[in-house]
Amino acid sequence: MTQSLLHQILDYANRANPYPIYEQLRKTPVHHDDGGPYVISTYYEIRSLLHDPRISSDARNLASTAGDPLAEPAQEEESALPPGFLRLDPPEHDRLRRMTNRPFGPPHSPHRVDGMRGELHDIVSGLVDGIGDPGRIDLVEQFSYPFPVTVICRLLGVPREDESRFHTWADTIAASLDPDPDADPTERGKGANDARMQLGMYLAGLIEERRKNPGDDMLSQLATAKGEDGSMTTMELLSTAALLLIAGHETTVNLITNGMLTLLRHPDVLQRLREDPRLAVPVVEELLRFEPPVQLVPQRTTLADIEVRGVTIPKGASLWLVLASGNRDPQRFEDPDRFDPDRPDNQHLGLGSGIHSCFGAPLARLEAQFALAELARRLENPRLLEDPPPYRQNAVLRGPRHLHISCDGIRP
Amino acid sequence: MLGDGSLERLKREGRIVVVGASLAGLRAAETLRAEGFAGSLTLIGDEPHEPYDRPPLSKQVLLGRAAADRTALPRLRSVDATWRLGVPATGLDMAAGRVRLADDDEVPYDRLLIATGVRARAWPREAEAELDGVFVLRTRDDSAALARRLEEGPKRVLVIGAGFTGSEIASACRERGLAVTVAERGAAPLVGALGGVVGAVAAEMQREHGVDLRCGVMVTALEGDASGRVRAAHLSDGSTVETDVVIVSLGAIRNTEWLAGSGLGAGPRGIACDAGCRAFDIRGIVTDDIYAAGDVARSPHPLFGYQFLSLEHWGNAASQARIAAHNMISESTDRIPHMEVPAFWSSQFGVNIKSVGVPSLGTEVLISQGALRDHRFIGVYGYQGRVIGAVAFDQARWLPFYQELIETTAAFPPPFPTVDRCSDGQRPLDADFPDPSVPTHGPTVTLGGYSPADRRMTFTPAH
Repeated sequence: MTQSLLHQILDYANRANPYPIYEQLRKTPVHHDDGGPYVISTYYEIRSLLHDPRISSDARNLASTAGDPLAEPAQEEESALPPGFLRLDPPEHDRLRRMTNRPFGPPHSPHRVDGMRGELHDIVSGLVDGIGDPGRIDLVEQFSYPFPVTVICRLLGVPREDESRFHTWADTIAASLDPDPDADPTERGKGANDARMQLGMYLAGLIEERRKNPGDDMLSQLATAKGEDGSMTTMELLSTAALLLIAGHETTVNLITNGMLTLLRHPDVLQRLREDPRLAVPVVEELLRFEPPVQLVPQRTTLADIEVRGVTIPKGASLWLVLASGNRDPQRFEDPDRFDPDRPDNQHLGLGSGIHSCFGAPLARLEAQFALAELARRLENPRLLEDPPPYRQNAVLRGPRHLHISCDGIRP
Repeated sequence: MLGDGSLERLKREGRIVVVGASLAGLRAAETLRAEGFAGSLTLIGDEPHEPYDRPPLSKQVLLGRAAADRTALPRLRSVDATWRLGVPATGLDMAAGRVRLADDDEVPYDRLLIATGVRARAWPREAEAELDGVFVLRTRDDSAALARRLEEGPKRVLVIGAGFTGSEIASACRERGLAVTVAERGAAPLVGALGGVVGAVAAEMQREHGVDLRCGVMVTALEGDASGRVRAAHLSDGSTVETDVVIVSLGAIRNTEWLAGSGLGAGPRGIACDAGCRAFDIRGIVTDDIYAAGDVARSPHPLFGYQFLSLEHWGNAASQARIAAHNMISESTDRIPHMEVPAFWSSQFGVNIKSVGVPSLGTEVLISQGALRDHRFIGVYGYQGRVIGAVAFDQARWLPFYQELIETTAAFPPPFPTVDRCSDGQRPLDADFPDPSVPTHGPTVTLGGYSPADRRMTFTPAH
């Protein structure tokens, strides 16, 4: 019996290269197997739905989660935080996102991200300095993984001496998002719950401390904000901090790792980047199109019957918007399977679009640009030891679990 | 041009003249070169400056955050051209194919693009307009001079006219902590472009930010002191506003006077052209060698009953110029129509306002998302049972959806539920546009036939 396309997407055997499945999928822009989610795979349809106010991100509007293999089980009472703004509709979404943006981006904080350039540079060069044996490097463990967590710690204002504890919790939570089929699910779930609990208690303590002695960091400003929208409750603050951590971590790890993997598969581009670090800007944009860290957006639902390409999607249906497929849609991108940083008009869907478009995008772009430019400059004659590399289980936040490379040396 | 090689010859060694060296002129020149035009290219501009961007002139420049001379438009590519800057065009000889300049020079062309745009409408009483402290705002020099004056800390600023530019100026002045009075002839700010329902929100925003907003009044006279400095304005309700800076913000006049008597279909309402940007002559016959783009052009739009639309919008200028340039050097079968859905944005009193379609054509408005009282909402405009426009106050990310509704002539009121539907959105309201026969400076879109003799929209300030 042939596997449905839906299950082929989820099948780990296709993790290294899901793009042929997406090509199949695009033959039916609105794909629906009995009882499952409606899967949208073409660029223009995805973009329309991302701006469609008849589409909700709030799970309470789903008629049923039964047929959706990516639906999240209801949270257990004890550890339940209120949903972050990613899972809310306006006006609640807008209020929380606005308050979170106040200390992060324009108009109120136009210098926050730009002001981190020096720090990003220092973190990146420190990690490359510490690589050790150039003969066998796991780029994920030694570089891509620690980088974004350190950045989030600095952004939120986690004291340096607590960063290692923060890393441990982040690792455990991230691992629970990426179940290893061989591990005991009960143990793993318990470990992740414990980590969530400890992280939550740690952050609650830090928030309390920052309310008394606010600094210039984001958490202090979120904790003491008294803008037009009032202040966040401690629970809202905790769930927002958790959202920033989880959404800003795994995705950035994968962007950087996918980036280095792609560059090593395109040595001409790597060489150009080595000679001109400014190429990092279009390289990262093309990466967001070519190997987007978020392959698809599940968890959207219809507030009414809506028609897409002649198919009526009923109210309350579950939707998957396959961003990575839209990014390879030949109706929108010429020669879409070619990695081409010189591509004009690269309006990819890699960071989403509409009101839920990636909150951390300016920071993520900068992190990836710094990381890839520095790796290109400093690694002498780098090469892949394994191609394809081993991937994580996760089909949504897709990326290598390890990226083993070697090089002849590390330039100063 | 039918396969006789003349198009190839034009592209190789022809002469193209672009009159107007702002956004539309620059983008057209870039497109001509990008599409392989290798002949001689001349850009003529009445201002001495290289092409610059105007939106910051009523925002960042007035706030002192950007210098007026630092708003040059980014170049998309290098353009090999002869620039005649600071020399206005004064006449056109269609038969001879020549543009006459203010310095009596004449520039011959094989193809001509007219992108002369608009200028600010001056205060109609000349002696009063010349008082020190009376400003208009359209050019870089206007903005630099006004910013300098605001820097001196005037005791009160009077803005005459609460269209988009006037409202943005009032917003910038308040942000600088200056006392501001706004005098608006209509019932509310922005009422000509967005109607009374949304205009009431704009009025609330102004008042909440401390603007002394006076609607339904006209300024009847400006009064100067012995040294020729403005000191007060007299209003039609009998009141007087003591002020040392007056900004006249009464809309724009199309720069077509230089075409008078040329035989081109140009008049106070702009230059009529076809969907491919070719200008009509005064007999209603389309020309082959003269094109128009940007604020000065009026062309038929298929989404709006093929009525002639004239759009004073940034995005329209850029896209129409590209299309005009492409069509100037293309065979007729390769030409493309200009069909962009109108869109504009404004930023005032901390709110981003963005609109698509033509709200001012609407008769009803439905607040489909958000709430008027929060100053965060989407208003959808309906005309004869279809969606014709939409405006977003701090909700711009949804607009692509509403643009699709406009493009597909979707039914109004939209029959479906959306996120964030509030009590305001239960039923459509009368959009409450002012009677179109009463002149206002508000709308940036005007409609009508192509006849240049049609002067119904001419603004006549009452005294």
